[in-house]
Amino acid sequence: MSIAFKTDEIFRDGFRYANSDAAILRFPFPFVEDSYMYSVNIEPHVRGGPTPAFDAVLDIDEHYIGECRERALVLAQDPNRCMVLPHMMAAQWDTLELIMESLAADYPDHFQLGKDGDRWTWRNRLLNIEDSFVFGAPETLPFEPFEYITRQMQGDFTLQDQRDGNLYMDGGMVTSQADWSLEFDLGMTFHEWHGPVPLAHDLGVFDRALQYLLRLQYGRPVRRLNWTMTVNPRLDTSPENYPLWGPDRTTVTPENVGDKLHLRVELQTLYRLPRSNAILFSVRAYLASMNELARVPKWGRRLHRVLRDIDPALEDYKGLGRYRRMAIEHLAQFDDGAPTGKGIAPEVDVLPA
Amino acid sequence: MIRHDPLAVRVAAIEPLSATLKRLTLESADGGALPIGSAGAHVSLILEGGDRPFRNAYSLVSMPGERGCYELIVRRTAGSRGGSAFIHERLGEGSVIGATVPHNLFPIQRHARKHLLIGGGIGITPLLSYLPALRQGGERLELHQISARDEVPLFENLLAPHAAHDVHVHAGRGALDLSALLARQPLGTHVYVCGPAALMDHVEAAAAALGWPASRVHRENFGAAGGDPFTLRLARSGREIAVGPDQSMLDALEAAGVPVPSLCRGGACGECLTKVTGGVPEHRDHYLTDLEKAEGALVMPCVSRAKNDLLVLDL
Ligand code: FES
Repeated sequence: MSIAFKTDEIFRDGFRYANSDAAILRFPFPFVEDSYMYSVNIEPHVRGGPTPAFDAVLDIDEHYIGECRERALVLAQDPNRCMVLPHMMAAQWDTLELIMESLAADYPDHFQLGKDGDRWTWRNRLLNIEDSFVFGAPETLPFEPFEYITRQMQGDFTLQDQRDGNLYMDGGMVTSQADWSLEFDLGMTFHEWHGPVPLAHDLGVFDRALQYLLRLQYGRPVRRLNWTMTVNPRLDTSPENYPLWGPDRTTVTPENVGDKLHLRVELQTLYRLPRSNAILFSVRAYLASMNELARVPKWGRRLHRVLRDIDPALEDYKGLGRYRRMAIEHLAQFDDGAPTGKGIAPEVDVLPA
Repeated sequence: MIRHDPLAVRVAAIEPLSATLKRLTLESADGGALPIGSAGAHVSLILEGGDRPFRNAYSLVSMPGERGCYELIVRRTAGSRGGSAFIHERLGEGSVIGATVPHNLFPIQRHARKHLLIGGGIGITPLLSYLPALRQGGERLELHQISARDEVPLFENLLAPHAAHDVHVHAGRGALDLSALLARQPLGTHVYVCGPAALMDHVEAAAAALGWPASRVHRENFGAAGGDPFTLRLARSGREIAVGPDQSMLDALEAAGVPVPSLCRGGACGECLTKVTGGVPEHRDHYLTDLEKAEGALVMPCVSRAKNDLLVLDL
């Protein structure tokens, strides 16, 4: 199916963002049942899933152009949002190759990759980019390879080096994060950078996840969904920018909560990189307002129940704190008490007008 | 990027290197590019011969990053009736066999200040792929290959493309003082050893005695995927299902049409938890507690196996 790319979206003050019906129906809704608790919800990243967001190795959608533009704006103000430690050069080329090959294979109308030995030519028709370069020679690209290619992607990326039975975050492109900072986390171990997550440490979730990821194999990527709530369709909710987005929270009212409060879902995919043996972590964020999601009857019901019954310890971490009550009261109108089907599929093909 | 094992590969060339060594060149059977092999990676060949398939792991010796072919060196093990004999006696150029996607359990440590490589006999193979990768990165290295006296010329030949002042071949274990070698390394050196278990143990012990942290000592290890075949019995129906050497219990159950819920398929999430009512599981998961593992009443069929021939599940 062809994607109608939007060209004028704004992800900061002056917001201009909405999901088409097609984008709502393909949303990777994260709640498989009517309640939510942490678990090691990692599964093989095979093609296909409950919505088309799982069909490609790396998913792009109608917000591609706007999100790439937003990334360029953030980097212009703060170049340290992209950093890679020097020993990760092989991982940089691994990343460039993985992204170019999968985009060219999954979206041949928009991206083309030509190879003549080490001489590669990359065409990105959506951003009007065409570059020829020598694979392995960073000086033949306008940026280092990791920055070059992740500037042309939706979602954040981090690079993990594996050593001493642990994973170290030794690089990243992080411009649309949910309140964490690459500059702060760079060089940290797996448990250190997960430090702030409540409950999960007690459950042993990270010990198990680390053991699993240390054994991640090339050619067998894995994925999981994570979620949080955010006010306004703002991508850059970084700690550095708190003065910009913190005040958003005081603007929510019972009247506007349905349009202002967004569910932010991260489709996280992890890839073992072949040359460097590093792990590429892709965090692809999807934003949809409560009202957009509630147009899918099953999701409206379920969202109401999940927020109503959530463990209070998770409230703040998930960005719910002060407007959880407002959201529940607003969502109650979409919950007629009917049972919901298992899994996350929307179970409708078209949305009611 | 999302690959499904095994790959079908064609034997493009077989080159005898000595009476017991052959170099195999493998290409993708469909003529396309192969998944990338890195320095230290291995593939398992799946050889259909006789009553059950052989599955043997070999380090790649082709140039790291090469996608046109995989090269590996196979030693015929004395008295072998398994995979290495099959390769030496029955495999011909043009044959199509199965190979797993390269998997690297012996990777280069990119932040090391210096790389000390020690090979014993055919254990040189992963180090042959290290050399061009390290040279290309301008890394500091030193290689010592220990060889039986009559094979010294053979290993000198294999190392010839990389010959330099920092590459040495020694005739016999006695010709190299491992402790002295380790003792004179600069701080921040990582040592990599591949060869007979006794050599690898020796290097580990010598490094530990000199106070090297374990995180700077690396030994080749192909990992323990798969294992001996066994039989599953489903307690409720009495049905028996065979689990092959390369198959997980979960795969075997699914292939037999017995649905078991699963998510990660790697022993982490807990989704496939199944009760055991007979036999002793061999636990390979990260989900069960040590106590639960010792009790043996639960098993994660996505990764674990059986200690004996029969495991009875409450299914
Ligand atoms: S499927 Fe996750 S532990 Fe078995």
